Amino acid sequence: MKSETPLHRVEGLGAAHSGTQHFWRERITSVALIPLTIWFGFAALALVGGRVVDVLTFFQRPWNAGLMGLFIITLLIHSVIGMQSVIDDYVQQPGLKVLSLLLNRGFAWLVGAICLVALLRIVS
Amino acid sequence: MADIPHAHGARPRPLSPHLQIYHWSVTMVTSITHRITGVALYVGIVFIAWWLVAASMGPEAYGPFLAVAGNPLGQIVLFGFTWAAAYHLLNGIRHLAWDIGYGFVPKDAMWSGVVVVALSIIAAIGVFFWAYTVRMGGPVS
Repeated sequence: MKSETPLHRVEGLGAAHSGTQHFWRERITSVALIPLTIWFGFAALALVGGRVVDVLTFFQRPWNAGLMGLFIITLLIHSVIGMQSVIDDYVQQPGLKVLSLLLNRGFAWLVGAICLVALLRIVS
Repeated sequence: MADIPHAHGARPRPLSPHLQIYHWSVTMVTSITHRITGVALYVGIVFIAWWLVAASMGPEAYGPFLAVAGNPLGQIVLFGFTWAAAYHLLNGIRHLAWDIGYGFVPKDAMWSGVVVVALSIIAAIGVFFWAYTVRMGGPVS
């Protein structure tokens, strides 16, 4: 979906250093997360109190592995945008702001990589 | 400007009435709770990551995870995450409705806030009730 306004394309970056892209991305991921989170809730409930074998057999079904991968990625994108707006609002000192924004992104990449590698290990 | 008011050596500027001046309303509470639950769930992703990693490493690694998730403190934290997820999801739907122009009249925004809080509590209790009764009645992971 083209979510960029013509003005943004003409002028480049505004005071917020970005345009409507993060706004749209936050909403698109939130809509996607409605079914994904409900699916994850039922999945977690189905595996509650279970042995590790149950978790492995569950994720070895392609649909479950795929949905879990999608859930993690969508969740992390949504989380980064959300945390960024919190940082934008409360962290005023420029150096600290840049550091927290970098840590925010780093957290998502790191956790995302860890989750996907774990999923791949379970599937393979 | 969200800048420090006295930064440039100027006379202290008059400030607008700040948060504590206002009488707390349903919309204020639901708004800040949305943010707080969002930040909490951000931390909660680490727990999901630990779950996946522990499972991928086999029973020896899954044991410690189950021990932490299953003990009373872990259960309280997990209940907190469950409620936070239910609240953030339901209130997120409320926000999406506002985004497309529904329910933004103060009266509607107020009762929908009350509904969201009530439903989120019911959902969290329902999930745990299901986990403890329908699912073998054992500790929840």
